[in-house]
Amino acid sequence: MFGKGVLKGLGVTMKHWLYTYVDDIRKIPSRYAGGRDILKQMPDEEGIFTIQYPEEKRVIPERYRFTPMLLYDAATGKDLCTACGICTKVCPTQCIWIVRDKDEKGKPISRPAEFYIDASLCMNCGLCSEFCPFGAIKPNHDFERAVYDRHQDMIYDKQALLVPLEYHAAIHPTEYAEEEAAKAAKAQAKARRAQSRRRRGSAADRKPGEDGAD
Amino acid sequence: MSEMSAQETLPYHEAVPGAVLERLENGSLIVAADKLLQLGTYLRDHEGYDLLSSVTGVDYLGYKGRDASNRFEVVYHLYSTKRGGGPLVLKVRMPESNPELPSVVSVWPGAELQEREIWDLYGIRFTGHPNLRRILLWEGFNGHPMRKDWHEAYYEEEHKPFRSRHPNGHHVLAEDRAPWHDNVFYPEGWDPEIWQEPIVQYRLPTDPSLGTTGDLPTERIVVNFGPQHPSTHGVFRMIVTLEGETIVGLEPEVGYLHRNHEKIGERNTYLMNMPFTDRLDYLCSMSNNLGYALAVEKLIGAEVPERAEYLRIIMVELTRIINHLLAIGFLLNDLGAFFTPVLYAFEERELILDLFEEAAGSRMMCNYMRFGGVAHDVSEDWLERCRYLVNERLPRRVDELERLLTENEIVVARCKGVGYLSPEDAIALSVTGPLLRASGVQYDIRKAEPYSIYDRFDFEIPVYHGCDVYDRYRVRVAEIRQSIRILQQALKDIPPGEIQSGKKQHLLRVPPGEVYSRIEAPKGELGFYIVSDGSPNPFRYHIRAPSFVNLTALGPMSVGYKVADAIINLGSIDIVLGETDR
Repeated sequence: MFGKGVLKGLGVTMKHWLYTYVDDIRKIPSRYAGGRDILKQMPDEEGIFTIQYPEEKRVIPERYRFTPMLLYDAATGKDLCTACGICTKVCPTQCIWIVRDKDEKGKPISRPAEFYIDASLCMNCGLCSEFCPFGAIKPNHDFERAVYDRHQDMIYDKQALLVPLEYHAAIHPTEYAEEEAAKAAKAQAKARRAQSRRRRGSAADRKPGEDGAD
Repeated sequence: MSEMSAQETLPYHEAVPGAVLERLENGSLIVAADKLLQLGTYLRDHEGYDLLSSVTGVDYLGYKGRDASNRFEVVYHLYSTKRGGGPLVLKVRMPESNPELPSVVSVWPGAELQEREIWDLYGIRFTGHPNLRRILLWEGFNGHPMRKDWHEAYYEEEHKPFRSRHPNGHHVLAEDRAPWHDNVFYPEGWDPEIWQEPIVQYRLPTDPSLGTTGDLPTERIVVNFGPQHPSTHGVFRMIVTLEGETIVGLEPEVGYLHRNHEKIGERNTYLMNMPFTDRLDYLCSMSNNLGYALAVEKLIGAEVPERAEYLRIIMVELTRIINHLLAIGFLLNDLGAFFTPVLYAFEERELILDLFEEAAGSRMMCNYMRFGGVAHDVSEDWLERCRYLVNERLPRRVDELERLLTENEIVVARCKGVGYLSPEDAIALSVTGPLLRASGVQYDIRKAEPYSIYDRFDFEIPVYHGCDVYDRYRVRVAEIRQSIRILQQALKDIPPGEIQSGKKQHLLRVPPGEVYSRIEAPKGELGFYIVSDGSPNPFRYHIRAPSFVNLTALGPMSVGYKVADAIINLGSIDIVLGETDR
């Protein structure tokens, strides 16, 4: 029968149209009741799923990348960054620049005095954080960063980039837990090494002839 | 005497004497320019090298062992669609002054756009080319930008990492460093007073018999489609010559999105190029990542752990599903089924992109693959959701898409028999991907020259013989089903373990050499040609983009059909301008 294909297609459209409502009804209380929320589409939802941005927002996955942020330890007030410059070398758009800090005598020390990121160049690739040996630079999740002037406002200095370690722990919980576990394992290994060295050291005490081998 | 015998041992000496001058260690052949056409015809007709995959130029200025007498080189990669397997590489070397060689368009018409690109970017002239004008840049552009001694207006340094964009901690924008006027370079003898913009001579059809109807006096008109037209998939322009409503000539015009990706790539280090490849075909960033990673891995000889191989296959096949869903959706858009099929395709795409975002950190610019592995591992929960998608949801949704479209009388009436491209023409025009398989040629690199771990999976290469838009649609649906099949196997077998071999390095040590590595990207053959001189930056970085080369077929495919069919022909080729213009 001519027109059967079109009718079948219309059936599909009809089903899709209905499914959107079915999805909404399945989720009682409705997402619109009791204020707007951050949302996520589940794979078993069959209808059209719309997020009413900016009232509603998506759940952002942990690995989501946006312009990087710089971490500091709020407890000690120290930067994690040591101004080693690997991120500036690995950055594909060359948008990072670090000025190394100096101590009172003018000797360079492992701390950044200035740290700039030109966000108008940054392509959010995340290579800086991937290759940072100190875990000091991490992709931020804050994507609402529209500004009026790209020449001044899009160049973030150290003050604009710094966030406390707790913020990183909050937005990257899995990664943070892994980092902490790795740090703990490292500390443990170090303690074990130190312990064995001590033991060997005391053994050496008993045999003064072998002293200095450590 | 000894010279004679040495020449006789060269390949194809008996068929075309004196054509091959030298056989290099890596197997590629140096060919004499004046014997190139003769050798090409022989290779095509008697040796089965019917598919000219890639033609590209290289400027060896400053390369070790090269001088002004052999500065330029044009490289041809030939494949056989019947035998499959690896390439035959031909090279023609040219001196610095007035580089010129015969065009191979008469042997492999698929070289047309690629030769124009080489002329545009390298200034190598192809004699006998039917339409040798600039393609990515505009007529009147000064110089040939891929030459090593050409510098752009805001030139900073030859290689990254740059010394500084922030001298003494102060940020300087490139346009402040070289402000307007300071960055303008006038060619010698150039005077703005007398200069006139060159008149671009588009190739118009000369055959007067095309499209005429009886003795009605008619007049041909030239219609400009684009560059901004809702149905041209981006900034793409077609110059269509019409006789009434019938197309008698069509010429694609590209380059509106040109950014000289390859020059940027030569400035970057190897790793820096990875996020740039995302931006080629921005719908299939995972495939681009894989193509580039495989090419560099071939150069450095890196091993990839099992789990990473499986993750790569999973990502790339999910990308293929996304791409084909969108291709079908936008084809229907072009047909006038405005946005309903696209939106249904988007629903599934969203779920897959959510998976990408969780695994890689970004929905479209994934930047996921690394040399010798992938960037991040995925969780068991991720795999479980992916399994749900490929085992339950996607097969059902593809069935639904077929119910919506395949038998739809309007779709059939508009698509069947439109845009005919015979198998012979398709191969000659270097068409690859679903387009080639819809023309009845069963050629897929995943089977013809397997890469990664595709030889482990059980899947078929769908092929249709209609050679029209309708079969291009059906081939894509069938390929989605095959991708689902591969995914089901990969997700069942994925082993635990490492995802990166060796230590991740940001500065690679790449031995000198060259490599051409190709993968079956969703749109066709995606090839990366990389020449290394041992430095941390690639010496030559070329991308054989499938949608660029497939565009060669748009003209021949559209002539003789109605003007409205030009748009669905373009939709059925499925181009992405980020890749076409590079």
